[in-house]
Amino acid sequence: MSEMKTAAYICSGCELGDKLDVAQLSKIAQKEGKMALVREHEFLCSEAAVQIIRDDIANEAVTHICIAACSRRAKTEAFHFPEVAMSRANLREGVIWIVAEGSEHDEVRQDMADDYVRMACAELKKMKLPQGNPNHAGNKRILVVGGGMSGLTAALEAAEAGYEVVLIEKENQLGGWASKLWKRVPFKQPYAEPQDTGAAALAAKVTAHPRITVHLNSTLAETSGAPGRFGVQIAQESGASVTEEVGAIVQATGFSAYDLNKLPELGGGKPNVTDQAGLEALARAANGATIKRADGKEISSVVFIQCAGQRDDSGTHLPYCSGHCCATSVKQAMYFKDANPDVDTVVMYTDLRMPGMGEDFYRSAQDKGVIFTKGKAAAVETSGDGCTVKFRDLILDEDTAVNADLVVLATGQVPNAGVDLEAWNPIVTAAEGGSEEAKVQRVELHKTSVLKLNYRQGPDMPQLKQGFSDSHFICFPYETRRTGIYAAGPVRRPMDMLQATEDATGAALKAIQAVENASLGRAAHPRSGDLSFPSARLEGCTQCKRCTVECPFGAIDEDEKRYPVFNESRCRRCGTCMGACPVRVISFENYSVDTVGMQIKAVDMPDEFSEKPRILLLACENDAYPALDMAGLQHHVYSAFVRAIPVRCLGSVNTIWITDALNSGYDGVMLMGCKHGDNYQCHFVKGSELANYRMSKIDDTFKQLGLEPERVITHEVAITDHARVAQLINDYAAKINEIGMSPMKAFA
Amino acid sequence: MNDLNRQAIANYKNDFLREVEERVEDGDWVRMCMQCGVCAGSCPLGNAWEHTPQKLFMMIRAGKREEVLSSDSMWMCTSCYNCIVRCPRKLPITHIMHGLAHYAHKLNMAPKGQPTRDIAKLFWDNLVKTGRVNELKFSLAMYFKDGFMQGIRNALAMQAVGMGLVKAKRLNPMEILGGHKCKDQGGIHRMIAKARAIEAHKKG
Repeated sequence: MSEMKTAAYICSGCELGDKLDVAQLSKIAQKEGKMALVREHEFLCSEAAVQIIRDDIANEAVTHICIAACSRRAKTEAFHFPEVAMSRANLREGVIWIVAEGSEHDEVRQDMADDYVRMACAELKKMKLPQGNPNHAGNKRILVVGGGMSGLTAALEAAEAGYEVVLIEKENQLGGWASKLWKRVPFKQPYAEPQDTGAAALAAKVTAHPRITVHLNSTLAETSGAPGRFGVQIAQESGASVTEEVGAIVQATGFSAYDLNKLPELGGGKPNVTDQAGLEALARAANGATIKRADGKEISSVVFIQCAGQRDDSGTHLPYCSGHCCATSVKQAMYFKDANPDVDTVVMYTDLRMPGMGEDFYRSAQDKGVIFTKGKAAAVETSGDGCTVKFRDLILDEDTAVNADLVVLATGQVPNAGVDLEAWNPIVTAAEGGSEEAKVQRVELHKTSVLKLNYRQGPDMPQLKQGFSDSHFICFPYETRRTGIYAAGPVRRPMDMLQATEDATGAALKAIQAVENASLGRAAHPRSGDLSFPSARLEGCTQCKRCTVECPFGAIDEDEKRYPVFNESRCRRCGTCMGACPVRVISFENYSVDTVGMQIKAVDMPDEFSEKPRILLLACENDAYPALDMAGLQHHVYSAFVRAIPVRCLGSVNTIWITDALNSGYDGVMLMGCKHGDNYQCHFVKGSELANYRMSKIDDTFKQLGLEPERVITHEVAITDHARVAQLINDYAAKINEIGMSPMKAFA
Repeated sequence: MNDLNRQAIANYKNDFLREVEERVEDGDWVRMCMQCGVCAGSCPLGNAWEHTPQKLFMMIRAGKREEVLSSDSMWMCTSCYNCIVRCPRKLPITHIMHGLAHYAHKLNMAPKGQPTRDIAKLFWDNLVKTGRVNELKFSLAMYFKDGFMQGIRNALAMQAVGMGLVKAKRLNPMEILGGHKCKDQGGIHRMIAKARAIEAHKKG
């Protein structure tokens, strides 16, 4: 692109012409915005008007256009001009729909619209048309780690969608836990009887599939690269090593059973006490006949103890519920009842949790005569030939006991997630500091890694909670903080087989999305298709490492001189690095410190005696900005003194914007981002949390400047908060009125 | 201990749930209870009971034969049907309560002096004799069920009400001499005998 030629198009439709002086807006675009071409139209999103814009691009060599009409989130199909850079002034949702009706508000309404036109013109001049990531690669193969139910499903789904798959499994056969079961919990009508697992058939299908390569007895030795160009070394048991190149990875490494020996009070480790996996082995040995104990005795009574070493709030055992164990015990009790209805089967539970169609399965078990006892097991004593379960009956509120030939403990799922980065990072820091002990620890810990990534951020994915692999749990379950790598199945959260297969399908689709976007040099989710990418002016970089540390996605490595190395394909384009950079050298073509900074400076600042304060609102474009649009749509009135600028994520807010705003006379700055903390809703996981942290540090600056700390305020906003955002703005405007106009106006 | 009880104990040993399933009317529903407690919370007389239906079902599963059958809880049921309407598992709880009460009575394990049981027994005996309820005899039997002196005291306390009923022709003192009967008294007796035989055939 050679010469920049700007054009502004101002719409007077949707009552914009009735409520605003459009001629004045045109004048501002021309005189102050310095737009080379300014046109007005009474119906800008109409085919005719869009054609005018197209003609200008074609005939007048327009390269940058400013649309002053509705919100940037509206009419996106009409205003779709991928060949030029574009800014939008939000006059409809942002001005005429939210400013109070009546001629007494004409002045402030017009002021607001004038400023939004000034801002859009200022932004436009700093924008460049994104060209796409030049360092992209187009490998579209998908690596699936783990050959259990989740892994097999992911592999088959991806292969059936036309993608080549490499599947690695550490054992000598496919099928994982599913291949060790006698039957599975029913997933089809009428949900009454245990069903065949189907693992063998699925494994056969995968093995025979022309697009799937299976490596048995194999683990990962090293993983490097980024989406579209992952290089993986596969270590085989024989000692041989295979190198494969893939575009995306699905981690379906499943779970291990909680160690029975950690439950001695419930008889763990003693004879005639087993876990659910142990019972499956006995059932497979019986092959449909009466189930016998390990010592050969036919079992005539069995007690299943639910939540054994789970849902434990004492901190000794697993604190969570594994989700599948109630249905599994019901299924296993049916093994006994189906072979011989005279066997006494007791399921001892505190809360029976039967997700999905489990209620029908539960009813079927009751019908077969399985006894359900609401009780908490206190101890299992093994004496001679059988066991005695001492328990508290929670309905009859008494301590009692029951005898059984066999006790089955429903233990939980422990994820095979690899290295916990929280433990890894301090060891690496110590090892780099020269500690010999830490160096040994680092080697030992690295052996337990699953993915063996060579990222500077550590060899595995971050863990979300309780050792489960990363997942954007609330909004985008299969997405992790390692772009192009997706967790599926019980490694991500505890789940049953049906949920695991659904999970695997979702993860396979995410992997496909990642390889397709990577091959075009575009961002993966959640800014899917975005062609912009971060670049750094390295001559200004001070090697402070804030960008590499704060990037939520581990997209930035460091070279030998400790300069950041951007892996564009791993990047999600949130701009957290841009917000972090103290010397402001990181930018995107169409989103930078300047594009926002110039908007802030473009606002016409009334003097301190005008009684017209100015409030800057930096709103996350994922949740807060749509909520503001919705407030407009619902005609919630809010203060006309506010000037809203959408940001990619609150994490991309550079503190220079706040300082600039306050120095140029703004009376207050509002930040609206997503919920952070344990149940975060931030699309970029850490963005809003980092913004909040950075803002907490800004207080000292205020004190030095002699400004009230209330001049900057941060809010958590959800997309549904349309009434609340209006209220928050009005409350803040009242607050600003209370503390008075900014003393900085005099210096601006 | 009556013969029926001895025989049931011998038959079912410790498997009280099976005994209830086979011998108590609608007892085969007990296994389907999921212990949600909605019946216990819905019963308008719930706090007057020693055991709620939820607890009774749990006790049956736990094999507490003596405690269940000697409980007075099922005798307290007023048949309001709240529990039946609300049970998410559709258990006919009211019917099970009556079934349990009847079974306990047959085994002679129901609590002695339980007023509901006493009234039910007096009412039944009064009714089957002639095929018609003799209200005067029924009232007197009620007054005197706890002894002669107590009967006199009860009758004196109710004197004014009784006289009022006589004056309003709602109570005929001559009923004391036998009272009115249905046409085919023998037929009634044969019907009841047949019903008993069918019941015995169906349950245990």
